[in-house]
Amino acid sequence: MAGIKIIKEKVDQETYEALAAICPFDAFSYENNRLDVTAACKMCRMCLKKGPEGVLVFEEDEKVAIDKNLYQGITVYVDHIDGKIHPVTMELIGKAKELAAVINHPVYALFMGDKISEQAEELLYYGVDKVFVYDHPALKHFVIEPYSNVFEDFIEKIKPSSILVGATNVGRSLAPRVAARYRTGLTADCTILEMKDNTDLVQIRPAFGGNIMAQIVTQNSRPQFCTVRYKVFSAPELLERPAGKVEKMDIEIDRLASAIEVLEVIKKEKGIDLSEAETIVAVGRGVKSEKDLDMIHQFAEKIGATVACTRPGIEAGWFDAKLQIGLSGRTVKPKLLIALGISGAVQFAAGMQNSEYIIAVNNDPKAPIFNIAHCGMVGDLYEVIPELLNMIEENEMQNDTETQERMVI
Amino acid sequence: MKILVCIKQVPGTSNVGVDPITGVLIRDGIESKLNPYDLYGLETAFRLKEELGGSVTTLSMGSLQSKEVLLESFYMGADAACLLSDRKFGGADVVATSYTLAQGAKKLGDFDLIICGKQTTDGDTAQVGPEMAEFLGIPHVTNVSKILIADERGLTLQMNMEESLEIQRVPYPCLITVDKDIYTPRLPSYKRKLAVSENPEITVLTLNDMYDTNEKNYGLNGSPTQVERIFPPESNVEKTSFEGNGKTLATALYGILSEQKFF
Repeated sequence: MAGIKIIKEKVDQETYEALAAICPFDAFSYENNRLDVTAACKMCRMCLKKGPEGVLVFEEDEKVAIDKNLYQGITVYVDHIDGKIHPVTMELIGKAKELAAVINHPVYALFMGDKISEQAEELLYYGVDKVFVYDHPALKHFVIEPYSNVFEDFIEKIKPSSILVGATNVGRSLAPRVAARYRTGLTADCTILEMKDNTDLVQIRPAFGGNIMAQIVTQNSRPQFCTVRYKVFSAPELLERPAGKVEKMDIEIDRLASAIEVLEVIKKEKGIDLSEAETIVAVGRGVKSEKDLDMIHQFAEKIGATVACTRPGIEAGWFDAKLQIGLSGRTVKPKLLIALGISGAVQFAAGMQNSEYIIAVNNDPKAPIFNIAHCGMVGDLYEVIPELLNMIEENEMQNDTETQERMVI
Repeated sequence: MKILVCIKQVPGTSNVGVDPITGVLIRDGIESKLNPYDLYGLETAFRLKEELGGSVTTLSMGSLQSKEVLLESFYMGADAACLLSDRKFGGADVVATSYTLAQGAKKLGDFDLIICGKQTTDGDTAQVGPEMAEFLGIPHVTNVSKILIADERGLTLQMNMEESLEIQRVPYPCLITVDKDIYTPRLPSYKRKLAVSENPEITVLTLNDMYDTNEKNYGLNGSPTQVERIFPPESNVEKTSFEGNGKTLATALYGILSEQKFF
């Protein structure tokens, strides 16, 4: 079997210590002159790359290679609620077109729901070659069994090579269910996708809270699945004359049965959607008290920004939980994000590092936020913001006077 | 009512980095803790047990050190605990992990309900619950933010779908993953700690204890994905920086905002 094999003759206290120092998971044990790899091993292979020579070898398995040519097409799962398509779908279509161009594959969309034929036509304008539509009343609401059965039916009939799914709550429930059915790879929350000539999808995602990027491939299974969060990629430009086609698909009715019954769907009251905001002013620990938020809100209002926060802002009860940016909060991708008094811990950075332009004000020059900010300002926000507000006001007054003068003339 | 809760031991901090020159992972200490999202799974299980009777079993996979989190679950109210630990389970990706947990659950007996946290803080994929349900052949519901009715036959619950809430009636056996904030988790109780014997029994199962003993289905061998490389995240290339007093910085900031047509 594949795994790390230990060459016993080369093991001594010294080699053990060298290996233990390298292993990030503490997975070596050494008892009675016997070196063992414990269950803590995560197969990061650091010990093979950096450890003392000749002590460890990696034994590979001879696997029966699959014929990857049998699988054609990059498929995007059309995420929707009641026919309303989630914009992450278009972003994934944009990426799918880039990936498909490398290997000369078609771009497909898989759309399942009830009374969705019209919306299916619209997808063609984004440059999809074929939209496969399963239109049935039983698919009106998202229920895991019929949805995964339809997915399976599609895979059996079309045999796509890669499948991209939006990391919405539906996508995160559906993609793993289907990937497990095929015992194939699924990589969550990819931030970079590339295509190899041999059709292996290169999936890059942050690991360990965003401190490390991991490059993941599914070498010997198809289809290969990944999920991508909203606002990571960009939607393609609309075509004037789409050339793609909509294809209606059928599935046996008994495959749409489910033990689960949907009793009701309740629309949530729409609050402020942080992930839609184009300009965000985010505050962190650097803001000392709740009343200091006044100047922040004032500033945000001047530039039409939404005020958001890091976790302490929620814990202190200053903000609604919907306004938290980060791994345990929202992922945002505004055109401009101004981070005030935020150190830039990985949990926060993971939720905002795709922002188009990041300005950071922090009085600690070593704060990690400066590693991701496009514009770093080392200084005290309590000096900067009031000064800035003054400047904005002076400028407004000047403009007002100018207008008045003009009016007089 | 037999309930199984899957829990995981995760690093106490995600403060790791990659040495840019050697490529070696640098971890800041190696303390570990119970995955915080699992607390909500445990709390849901204890509440259902209080309402309907029955038992709560906790299940984990990992090195023998993971016994610590199973012990903690006893102090909160678990009745039994099981650890799946074998060198051959190492290097598992989502598929292999879910398969191993599903095998463990089968071995432990017929559960009415399996509960998982939303995700872990180290892997962060939120995929293990649904994959496990598929391997067990039972329906699942993710992002459960409320349980409206719990009775002998099933659950009526609320799935959080971002812009809407879907109310579903799910019969047992089933698997649910719960959102944080479904309930406020309880703390390990000192009273229970005293009541639980010094060393409560934690069942340890290895590959040979499973119904499927084919090692090709576990660990590295049973994982369809491979990590090709790890590398430090790129920081932005074009960068400007300013230092100085409030006035200097405010002027610079004002300049940038004007340039981007905010005024």
